[in-house]
Amino acid sequence: MRYAMAIDTKKCVGCSDCVVACQTENDVPIGYCRDWIVEVTDGTYPQLETEIRSERCNQCDNSPCVRCCPTGASHYSEGGIVLVTPEKCIGCAACIQSCPYDARYTHPKGYVDKCTFCIHRVKKGMEPSCVAVCPTKCMYFGDLDDPNSAVSKVLKTRKYKVLAPEAGTKPNVYYLI
Amino acid sequence: MKTSRRDFIRISALGLGALSIGGSSIKAAGKTLFSKDQLNKLMMKRTSTYCEVCFWKCAGWVYSDNDGNIKKVIGHPDDPHCNGRLCPRGTGGVGMYNDEDRLKTPLIRVTGEDGKQTFREASWDEALSFIAEKMKKIAAEHGPECVALFTHGSGGKFWGHLLKAYGSNNISAPSYAQCRGPREVAWIGTFGEELGSPEPTDIRDTQCLVLIGSHIGENMHNGQIQEMSDAIDKKATIITVDPRFSTAASHSKYWLPIKPATDIALLLSWMHVLINEGWYDKDYVAKYTYGFDQLKEHVKDFTPEWAYGITTIQPDVIRKTAREMFNAAPSVIVHPGRHVTWYGDDTQRLRCVAILNALLGSWGRRGGFYLGIETTIPGFPHPEYPKPKKTWRDAFPGQFVLADLALANGICDATIPAASRDCSFKGWIVNGTNLIFTLPDIRNTKKAIENLELLVVIDTMPMEITGYADVVLPECTYLERYDEIRTSKHRIPTIALREPAADPKWDSKPGWWMAKELGHKLGLDEYFKYKDIEEVLEWQLNKVGSSLDEMKRLGVKKMKPEDGQLLYFEPGADIEFSTASGKIELYATSFSDEGFDPLPKYTPHPEPPQGFYRLNYGRAPMHTFSRTANNPNLTDLMDENTVWVNPKVAKVWGLSNEQYVWLENQDGIVSSFPIKVRITERIRWDSVYMVHGFGHKNEKLTRAHGRGASDSELITTVMVDPIMGGTGMRGNFVTFHTEKPAKGGLL
Repeated sequence: MRYAMAIDTKKCVGCSDCVVACQTENDVPIGYCRDWIVEVTDGTYPQLETEIRSERCNQCDNSPCVRCCPTGASHYSEGGIVLVTPEKCIGCAACIQSCPYDARYTHPKGYVDKCTFCIHRVKKGMEPSCVAVCPTKCMYFGDLDDPNSAVSKVLKTRKYKVLAPEAGTKPNVYYLI
Repeated sequence: MKTSRRDFIRISALGLGALSIGGSSIKAAGKTLFSKDQLNKLMMKRTSTYCEVCFWKCAGWVYSDNDGNIKKVIGHPDDPHCNGRLCPRGTGGVGMYNDEDRLKTPLIRVTGEDGKQTFREASWDEALSFIAEKMKKIAAEHGPECVALFTHGSGGKFWGHLLKAYGSNNISAPSYAQCRGPREVAWIGTFGEELGSPEPTDIRDTQCLVLIGSHIGENMHNGQIQEMSDAIDKKATIITVDPRFSTAASHSKYWLPIKPATDIALLLSWMHVLINEGWYDKDYVAKYTYGFDQLKEHVKDFTPEWAYGITTIQPDVIRKTAREMFNAAPSVIVHPGRHVTWYGDDTQRLRCVAILNALLGSWGRRGGFYLGIETTIPGFPHPEYPKPKKTWRDAFPGQFVLADLALANGICDATIPAASRDCSFKGWIVNGTNLIFTLPDIRNTKKAIENLELLVVIDTMPMEITGYADVVLPECTYLERYDEIRTSKHRIPTIALREPAADPKWDSKPGWWMAKELGHKLGLDEYFKYKDIEEVLEWQLNKVGSSLDEMKRLGVKKMKPEDGQLLYFEPGADIEFSTASGKIELYATSFSDEGFDPLPKYTPHPEPPQGFYRLNYGRAPMHTFSRTANNPNLTDLMDENTVWVNPKVAKVWGLSNEQYVWLENQDGIVSSFPIKVRITERIRWDSVYMVHGFGHKNEKLTRAHGRGASDSELITTVMVDPIMGGTGMRGNFVTFHTEKPAKGGLL
């Protein structure tokens, strides 16, 4: 099993619903977030291209955050989801420094926090809250090992990219382009 | 221009990474802080609601924990407005409930011995008695018609009922003459019926969607965004006309970067191409429309080459996009937009849009516009309303005759005494609309307010308008109250229930209760012959074969369409339209009857003076006007607006990204607060752009106060639509100040 997400940049409007849905679902304190919106514009008026995308932890196969964690708080969980065990975290923030995606933050309670792909929902057969709420339905989630999962199917038919492939992290969030 | 997210725009919340590496927070770490199931509390209670953060009114479920704390709001899967997916504002709607800056108790304006005016906290009995006395006095001295209601929101229904029972039908919503009014009048003039809300655009099945300045995706009209996304999946052609590279433009096959204020020239040219090339639905036009020959003659000279000189859109692009529309016809939507009060000839611009849809045969056709189906819920019985002796129209003899609803600006103007009128408004009841920000030309609004004997404001938040009130009534949020059953036109008729998920915080109350209690004090008990709203809802629901219990269980109920109600015209069917000719009027007889152009014309509009830029404004997906400006969840996503400036313009003025500037308009009005510069290629060099609803003056709005600038303040030139009185607001121009100017703003 290998959980992954694909996000369609041709449909995302950058509304931030994924951000606020994650905050209310996961009790992320106001002022912090586990996912966020990026907008990149290329060109000169009127020859323009704008890409808008929702970003989060890439749940990498080769996660620098897991490797550098001195206590083992950062670890791989089922389906390759990278999780932090708050009780084990000493808040040293080495993982924050190591992450090429800037996907982690220190929770006011002292531990490092990040996207979990809403594993508590996934275990119940639900989609992550960002995927479930998105008004543009631009996010696809599922098991890459299952050829019939939403994410496998869409990656078969669409062009895609990953972020910072040069970092060698083998990310599992794909952007449809 | 490629940048990393750190350097560039971060729309979402801050506080990640480096900001959090401080040592102090680490000390707080300790095993006792982490209960096992902390992040996944069991949601034990589920209550039904429909959202009140905007006018789309999506239905949803409110989830509360065992202690009764509202945790989250999730879209109702059976609701056609949202299909189980709320937008960011609906998802963040819980912030409206939690906002500690809310109005907490009734307030009455008092003047101290030193002459200083302040608010004092009052009981509900005192506040409502005060209002009742004033209303009785106005009725006795001037007539009840001299009290008007301004409303935007569900509670308005109860206040409207109270006002009609009291003897006035001057009930207005800024959503008409400051927003969608021109398109409704254009639609009535063409198709014999209005569009309404949600608009019956069949985007889901369209093959071509044309947006004229409509920034779907930035305006978060939920169902439409969802369907635009479906249309993208189905490879529909999207054509966006906008001087700004909007989000929708970035998702479009064609972006037409039009010179602002020239849309009618483009629209006329499209008609010219469609007719001259024979790219229109000949059967539909022959069977259902009136005035084709006059239209053909009217547009014969409006070639793409003619339009190019005005709009700066290349002739071949005009032809190509016209062909795309015809290829898709009748599954094509030339979208009417929503906020369309731009240049004072807006009804005529929307007539162009209506005519294009008629030529393409998209009205009443799959992938064009469906015929919305609604369930009507009978009103709770009450005696007939007294017949008002006068209305707001009396203040404007012979003007705005085609307006089908009251003009908020008209009532405002008719409050300022004038020799030409014998009646001026003496009392305003303002429900859920921050008139200081919603009506253009704040000077005019303030002047009107000075002439009032009574100003009552009902709101959940201390918006600017509350500062001018004689009495402020704190309304509880939609999460704490019942309201009327939501019915709406859609593909399938539905009804939705809003019930309280929590008790009202502080001393806030629902609108139905306020109106009933005030009705009692005004001696109007016979109009409120029920114990509480549950009794009304039960009665109404029983009439349509449901009950309050059933609705609490279902949240949303799909209703059966009445026999013969169809979503689209049957092929070849004979149809009688509600126009004078019984046909779709390309040539609008109702317009010519009133002395207006029956066929739309292009007229040039004023250009920015040297050193000034046209002020365009719009929406951000995470905010609803100024209503959400203080919502803790939504300000976390966006807590100030920026002014978009083209890099060429920034260079001329020596502006840098994120620098704060003050804006001054053509009338010498300076923004009260500075606004952050966003240098971007996404805006033309002759205009600037900002999101509406920021720049709040009221310090009681602790998160919103002084954050960004208010476009409303800079809109002092108003181009009034002679046909229906809409207030065109896009004829204002601004320049930059890098140092705070001595002159102040209007707030």
